[in-house]
Amino acid sequence: MTTPSLVLELKQVCKHFPGVKALQNVDLRLFAGEVHALLGENGAGKSTLIKVMTGALAKSSGDIYFNGQQCHFASPAAAQRAGISTVYQEVNLLPNLSVAQNLFLGHEPRRFGLIQHQKMQQQAQQLLLRFKLSIDVSAPLAQYSVAVQQLIAIARGVAMSAKVLVLDEPTASLDSGEVQMLFDVMRQLREQGVAIVFITHFLEQVYQISDRISVLRNGSKVGEYLTADLPRSQLIEAMLGKELQQLTEQHSATNTAKQAEPLLVLQQISVKGSLNDISLTVAKGQAVGLAGLLGSGRTEVCRAVYGVDVLSGGEIQFGGKTLTLQQPADAIKAGIALCPEERKTEGIIGPLSIRENIMLALQARRGWWRYLPVKQQQQLAAFYIDKLQIATPDADKPIEQLSGGNQQKVILARWLAINPQLLILDEPTRGIDIGAHAEIVLLIKSLCQQGMSLLVTSSELEELVAFAGKVVVLRDRQKVAELSGDNMTAQHIMQAIAEG
Amino acid sequence: MMSLRYLPLWITAALLCLLFGIGGWQFDGFASLAVVSNLFSDNAFLLIVALGMTLVIISGGIDLSVGAVIALSGVAVSLLISQYQWHPLAAFALILPAAALFGALMGMLIHVYKLQPFIVTLAGMFLARGLATTLSEESIAIDHSFYDAIAEFGFMLPGGGWVGASTMIFIVVLVLVIMLMHYSRFGACVYAIGGNSQSAQLMGVPVASTTIAIYALSSVLAALAGIVFTFYTFSGYALAGVGMELDAIAAVVIGGTLLTGGSGFVIGTVLGVLLMGVIQTYIIFDGSLSSWWTKIVIGLLLFGFIVLQKLLSRRTAITLAAGRAGHG
Repeated sequence: MTTPSLVLELKQVCKHFPGVKALQNVDLRLFAGEVHALLGENGAGKSTLIKVMTGALAKSSGDIYFNGQQCHFASPAAAQRAGISTVYQEVNLLPNLSVAQNLFLGHEPRRFGLIQHQKMQQQAQQLLLRFKLSIDVSAPLAQYSVAVQQLIAIARGVAMSAKVLVLDEPTASLDSGEVQMLFDVMRQLREQGVAIVFITHFLEQVYQISDRISVLRNGSKVGEYLTADLPRSQLIEAMLGKELQQLTEQHSATNTAKQAEPLLVLQQISVKGSLNDISLTVAKGQAVGLAGLLGSGRTEVCRAVYGVDVLSGGEIQFGGKTLTLQQPADAIKAGIALCPEERKTEGIIGPLSIRENIMLALQARRGWWRYLPVKQQQQLAAFYIDKLQIATPDADKPIEQLSGGNQQKVILARWLAINPQLLILDEPTRGIDIGAHAEIVLLIKSLCQQGMSLLVTSSELEELVAFAGKVVVLRDRQKVAELSGDNMTAQHIMQAIAEG
Repeated sequence: MMSLRYLPLWITAALLCLLFGIGGWQFDGFASLAVVSNLFSDNAFLLIVALGMTLVIISGGIDLSVGAVIALSGVAVSLLISQYQWHPLAAFALILPAAALFGALMGMLIHVYKLQPFIVTLAGMFLARGLATTLSEESIAIDHSFYDAIAEFGFMLPGGGWVGASTMIFIVVLVLVIMLMHYSRFGACVYAIGGNSQSAQLMGVPVASTTIAIYALSSVLAALAGIVFTFYTFSGYALAGVGMELDAIAAVVIGGTLLTGGSGFVIGTVLGVLLMGVIQTYIIFDGSLSSWWTKIVIGLLLFGFIVLQKLLSRRTAITLAAGRAGHG
């Protein structure tokens, strides 16, 4: 192999959103004829980096060099003209247009300024043959499955004969055969000298196709590695960011103390398309951690126990009785509460005050005709603001004006107010600062001591080890390990995630 | 599945034929070229406005200002000709670009400030109507040899049909709009924006310039319709075309274009206007029915078509979901 030549280089790129540093001094080097995997957990900044690189977002600072020349892409169209084409994570095509129009929008074959529909359809058909798709290209895109749409989106990127092709999680909705087909096309393109950026959560695929890996964490770049030189365990370590030495000491003895009676028992539960045969037990007063990479089924377990997703198999027992959940209201009635992962969209109601946000669940359970007197509400809000140390001047401040950590505490207060038997926390510490982090871990511990059971997902392994009595490791939507006692160390969890 | 897209179009065409057939069977002289050619010349201005409206609605927007723009351009043209002794062609040459500017301004507001097209064009409507009334509250008669020549211009069809200047202008506009929407990149961009403007942007569609051009075109066509309207009435009047934007929207919807944008055909709108015209003709031929029955029937038709659109889009959603589940 000849020495690869640099096509696109990002130097010290920063991107700030109001209040958030999404990218901090990130470097990225893309070489011709290489597949470059861009990895990192959710929220690490991969998508932001891609958007900055392709002109969909303006960078706050830093430089971009394309073929050695400094450049600035004002819009995706400008980047496309330069030869950088992108297939975004969500299928960003137009369902109302035909397949052929989607493939060639902006590049339609024309004669005398008029689009030649026939020729366009023929070319579309030929292009799709590379993906072994023979479909009616004149039909609207909406008719086809998401997987086919995804392939069409990729074909569009390929059709523009780009110098740089960015694929943001292209394989998420593809089955294994389709993935192999995509890899074949990627290999062809690589031989033609195209630089490919490949974002995925599937590490198998990274090792199968990529030549070079860059890892992002919390908006910063952790490092650039040659795939061949990077063992899987080191890759995971880079992604999750743990210094192994520090971790072992953290282990707290309190958790292993008594084996109380079980509160929640999952018996081989399955949810169509998201979970396979998962069994686990949460005892009274125990915190159980769920570990695994994104897409491993962590969030899905929470959703199933909370009744968001209906089981297709297995059984949930709660307090000794079988529980049939059709909707979250059933779970709330049984005494189960969930703090969702997406705090902004699923948790807080931004313009409402702290007090109103705290009251929401309690009021919902009382029913709207038994309105909680304002005075009582104020007492309750004051109680939780004090107990959870929510930093706010008063209870009537709109919640959206609080910091992430304080918002999280308000949501916790909302569910504590109804005094659930089981509290599910999906990534309670994501996106909040270190101080609030520790407070929430302490809170989880004290809740356990009061006899509440918790089911907590987190990608911070250190944290899981600190508060959990038991850690269940998921991988590919299945349970691969259950660790407790002395076995429960961040190192062991990492191994389980990596090797299963 | 292919036929599903064309279904509203076929239904409108079938209704048109059906009603025309019933009229022809009931009344002497209904099924004649004279009636057909009158349909076109009586509705030429509405056809032209509705073509512009089709563009706007396919892009996912709406233009409420067109009725008022018709009045404004009619008043301005008559004023320039009658009071300032301009040649009509010179007046047209001033009014059409001015209208383009007016529409472009609305498009710019809509795109840059992310405002609702409904509100922006509503403001445009009040502005244009107010301006027209300020220019002249009275109807202004046009007496110019050019207008006489226009009225004379045209050719006879067998059976008493007459193809006049208005009809010819409409046909030219129709051909241009069809080319634009179905055979140009601009048209593809309009459909793309109507489908999902964010995706369109990411796919490299110039959303800004396209949006501005769409509203500019709509205003130009409305101004042209205003001019054609003066050919018809030999005058300009500030209260002309009140509610015509709604007639145009109705025609577009009856012609099978989705109000949510992204789907529809230019020719459908023509069928929609003609269907509305045939209903009116039928009621005139009948003689015993109040002309308001036209509105009632159009109202019922609109209901029918909106329900049909809903059913069709649900159908699509179901097939989509099935496709997804199959891959789950």
